[in-house]
Amino acid sequence: MKPSVLHALCMLVLVLAALYTAFLYAPTEVTMGEVQRIFYFHVSSAWTSFLGIFLVLLFSIFSLLNGSRAWDIRAAAAAEVGAIFCSLVLITGPIWAKPVWGIWWTWDARLTSFFVLWLIYMGYLMLRRLVELPEQRARLSAVFGILGAMDVPIVYMANRWWRTQHPQPVIAGGENSGLDPAMRVALFVSLAAFTSLYFYLWRLRCGIEELQDSGDALHRQFQSMS
Amino acid sequence: MHFLNQVGAILWKDILTEFRTKDAIASMLLFGLLVILMFHFAFEPDSLETEKYGPGLLWVTFIFAGMLGMNRTFAGEKENDNLQSLMLAPVNWGAIFTGKMLANLLFMLMAETVILFCFCVFFNVNLGPRLGWVALITFLGTLGFASAGTILAAVSMNTRMSDVMLPILFLPVALPAVLGSVESTAAALTDPPGEALGFWLRFLVVYDIIFITLPLLLFDYVLEE
Amino acid sequence: MAQDQASAQTKPAIRLEGIEKWFGVTRALQGINLVVWPGDFLVLLGRNGAGKSTLLRVIARLAKPNSGRILVKEIDIGRHTDQVRLQLGFVAHSSYLYSNLTARENLRFFGRMYRMDKLEVRIKEALRWVGLDESADRRVKGFSRGMQQRLSIARATLHGPDILLMDEPYSGLDLEASELLSTWMREFVGRGKTILMATHDLEQGLAFVNRWALLEKGTIAEEYSGDPGRIRERYKQFLRERRGAFS
Repeated sequence: MKPSVLHALCMLVLVLAALYTAFLYAPTEVTMGEVQRIFYFHVSSAWTSFLGIFLVLLFSIFSLLNGSRAWDIRAAAAAEVGAIFCSLVLITGPIWAKPVWGIWWTWDARLTSFFVLWLIYMGYLMLRRLVELPEQRARLSAVFGILGAMDVPIVYMANRWWRTQHPQPVIAGGENSGLDPAMRVALFVSLAAFTSLYFYLWRLRCGIEELQDSGDALHRQFQSMS
Repeated sequence: MHFLNQVGAILWKDILTEFRTKDAIASMLLFGLLVILMFHFAFEPDSLETEKYGPGLLWVTFIFAGMLGMNRTFAGEKENDNLQSLMLAPVNWGAIFTGKMLANLLFMLMAETVILFCFCVFFNVNLGPRLGWVALITFLGTLGFASAGTILAAVSMNTRMSDVMLPILFLPVALPAVLGSVESTAAALTDPPGEALGFWLRFLVVYDIIFITLPLLLFDYVLEE
Repeated sequence: MAQDQASAQTKPAIRLEGIEKWFGVTRALQGINLVVWPGDFLVLLGRNGAGKSTLLRVIARLAKPNSGRILVKEIDIGRHTDQVRLQLGFVAHSSYLYSNLTARENLRFFGRMYRMDKLEVRIKEALRWVGLDESADRRVKGFSRGMQQRLSIARATLHGPDILLMDEPYSGLDLEASELLSTWMREFVGRGKTILMATHDLEQGLAFVNRWALLEKGTIAEEYSGDPGRIRERYKQFLRERRGAFS
């Protein structure tokens, strides 16, 4: 499961490309200035956060149906890496918003949903920490993973509909409209880089867990010999 | 049908137990009233603002009081390891979930009825003709809470800090139900009730369907050893 | 003798094939193979943590084994769980009773869970049999441990199972209740039914047992079948040989 050298190289190339395109290639935004560049990483983190919870959902379902440890490892790793990127979203959001719009936070549908997503990630990780038996931990976290993941789109839609009824100044609404072609390139490269980074970290995390399991298996073998 | 008979048996058992101990309803009621008191000191809403913040206050009170009751869902089953004897019986574990969920629903609705009455008294709210709508909304919202809450109570019960885990797991999942309930209550109380009412009622129904079906499918995995 | 019946083409009451159970890195049960015949009264002996409780729970399907098969009356419990559950009764050292319900209400609840008909009649009979008909409408909260145990037995046998699994049933019982339990168990086995009991109480358990098995670190270290008289002799001999096996 450990990421291959090829994967690592591709990931590095993409990350460097993303840094280049975001900071050097893409033009400076007219109204927002240099701070706007964080947008590429903000959106990319958002994408990987969603990817993460979707993978948690997928792997949790397989974990319950199949019962094997492999799927549980994948689900947990997906959650951990996803949680990191989700935290990045919540950090880069205010960093971008404050200099540009003068406010740290806005409760628009998107940011609010990411806050809820972050809480679901945290709940999932906390649950895993508090259950001792591995089989039970796998099952319980898979159940919550499924419930939580299914909740996310509902929360988002509910927020959207709510906001249409109580319109608020939509802050980050214009970000996808009127993108300079160079900016579009920077965004796509960034998305690709973050996706690659996500899977790299995910495979790394899976690898660590598998190593831990091998250690435990050796422990068992030793125990049966005595 | 065996399933219904078993659900009925579990529901009846929980009702009997609750009426003898009055643990869940009493604590939910008391806590609900305390929350209302807290809100009064925290916000001091006068009659104008009550219309604006009323539904929100009401549902926050409902959900926090409800969580107290839900925490106790499986407490009676932990004593004497009764849950295991239930698991030993030739019963579809979905029936255990349904029975427990209906019991939670019933107790929460009872506590909420009293809390709602007190709320109207304390904040001089006249529900009048809207009572029917409010009752329906309360039922639909609480149904969602009870269903998601019951399975998550079963999940938390297996952790080291079970009373703390339940709110952490439950509140994000219950959010849409809270939003839907608050919005429909607010819509119901405006004069005339806006079309938002129809929309949010439908939303609550969809939420309830999803979050009753999912727990029914997943409950077996929670009970397994 | 139960073993003679075996050759006469009787189906085994319980058959365990290659049962393994892990809890994380701990191996609770390892390679358990066991056949229990109708009419057997088999006692599981062993230290705390040897796996006696785990074995009973795996047989009752409270826990799934990691590998192996369990057949009750030749029916795979994994495939036809509900059907098999109707054949099993379980008595643990927890009472499995609802303390705020009366004895009658407890039995009524379990009767409904076990899909029984003619419930009220059978409840009345069961209460009379364990000597609790006078206390039928008192809440279990006020029962002594002995009374609770009697009600537990009524609960476990209400649906008429042929096989009873018992996990340390004597623990916490006074002399009178223990004797009542022993008498009742002897009667149960005398009717051709089967008991599989895990116990620490070696004196009590062995009075009319026909088989014992010693569990050590999740495997059956030693097994012996014979008539009750020889059982105790063999067991005492075994203890002498393996002093310190039971701490």
